[in-house]
Amino acid sequence: MKSVYHFFKSFLFWELLKGLSVTGKYLFSPKITVQYPEEKTPMSPRFRGLHAQRRYANGEERCIACKLCEAVCPALAITIESEQREDGSRRTKRYDIDLFKCIYCGFCEEACPVDAIVETHIFEYHFEERGKQVMTKQMLLEVGDKYEAEIAANKQADAPYR
Amino acid sequence: MNEMIDNLLTTGLELWNWFPADWQTFLLILGKIILILAPLMICVAYITYAERKIIGYMQVRIGPNRVGPRGWLQPIADAMKLMFKEVIIPSQSDKFLFLLAPVLSIMPALAAWAVIPFDRGIVLTDVNAGLLYILALTSLGVYGVVIAGWASNSKYAILSSLRVGAQIVAYEIAMGFALVGVIMASGSLNMGDIVEGQAGGISSWYVWPLLPLFFVYFISGVAETNRAPFDVAEGESEIVAGFHVEYSGMAFAVFFLAEYANIILISSLTALLFLGGWLSPFEGFVEAGNWLAEPSLLWFFAKACFFAFCFLWFRATFPRYRYDQIMRLGWKVFIPVTIVWLFVEGLMVYAQIGPWSA
Repeated sequence: MKSVYHFFKSFLFWELLKGLSVTGKYLFSPKITVQYPEEKTPMSPRFRGLHAQRRYANGEERCIACKLCEAVCPALAITIESEQREDGSRRTKRYDIDLFKCIYCGFCEEACPVDAIVETHIFEYHFEERGKQVMTKQMLLEVGDKYEAEIAANKQADAPYR
Repeated sequence: MNEMIDNLLTTGLELWNWFPADWQTFLLILGKIILILAPLMICVAYITYAERKIIGYMQVRIGPNRVGPRGWLQPIADAMKLMFKEVIIPSQSDKFLFLLAPVLSIMPALAAWAVIPFDRGIVLTDVNAGLLYILALTSLGVYGVVIAGWASNSKYAILSSLRVGAQIVAYEIAMGFALVGVIMASGSLNMGDIVEGQAGGISSWYVWPLLPLFFVYFISGVAETNRAPFDVAEGESEIVAGFHVEYSGMAFAVFFLAEYANIILISSLTALLFLGGWLSPFEGFVEAGNWLAEPSLLWFFAKACFFAFCFLWFRATFPRYRYDQIMRLGWKVFIPVTIVWLFVEGLMVYAQIGPWSA
């Protein structure tokens, strides 16, 4: 009896038709593709993209060259050299992040005691020459200056959960 | 203005008459071939687009939509890209056969169109043995693939061509038997006569009395064109791209063209042999004179499009068969089914049951 049932089931393409009806239904279902450059998906305030260095409101750079980020970086992407500035404070004279080494884990941001190094929401960037992937202190500060408002807003949004 | 057109016409006619008579026939046939092949090539280009769109839609994606409005120029862009790519000939390959193989695979796919009627009397050559000619040419397609695999001197390519060889031989038999059923029903090998034998609306199409043969024929057609779910010839997960793994640029494009031309060919043949080609399904149901009842090119086109759509639908739905299961289906299911149904059909003809009276 079972074999007869199986015989008719396979000769009537029962399972094949079931499969076809599934794909046939999806043919007319609304499409979920996001048309990327025109449409974008929402982004968390915790998104970890391109790095930036922030300043205080008075224009003083936050980084105090404590090298905690360099120490915590699992990919060894951060290189810091420090010096004493004329006013006696300790500052970095070199702060490089190699973006090819960086794994965007966000540990540097977590380690930073003064919220100096942050990862912004920027993820669309490219390099046109070999060597350009190293973000220098100057470049990091520029990114920070440009996006300070958004960085501060994202920090604010995430603050209640920390 | 009218004078000018008249002058142009007379000059044209004079130019035409200036050609010797046998040249005129040659030119006429050449013109007809171009009239068939140019739309066919456009169809082939756009069936690739349709495939990407339909499979995309079935996977809840949108598919190509960047080149031109809604992606309509995508096949043109693809063709341009392939044309400008270098054809790399492997140094250890048999160069002559390597370049001959794509030609051998597209030649039968295009030549078969010589006997395909599009509408009553619209056919390049009205051969009496049209069906035999088509059967012969569709079998020839395998040579291109086998030679491509052998000439590439690559293990993946040779494995693929071995698979194709065995698969096509297996399904060719089932397909041939299914066509024997059509011949028995129509009593003719001429494509036009076969279609005309199905006159009288949807109920007198051969698909009903020959239903098992219709399914066997169409599934064998899918297997013959090496399309999913029978595409073990290019099973990406096992043998990279199969027989065309060493091909690039235009040589690859020709294989691609052949595959899609074959899809259109099989779809058109199914429409002609089983679904009454250009005949209207409503013939006899609505009063004569209504355009719905008139046989026309559009019916043929719509039927062929439906089967071409089925090819894409199958590809989006079914996982690839295991090779031994393909062989089992071909030899142990399809061939017995066709033989049994041919016997049944013979009895039906003998007992005068059915739409034919042989």
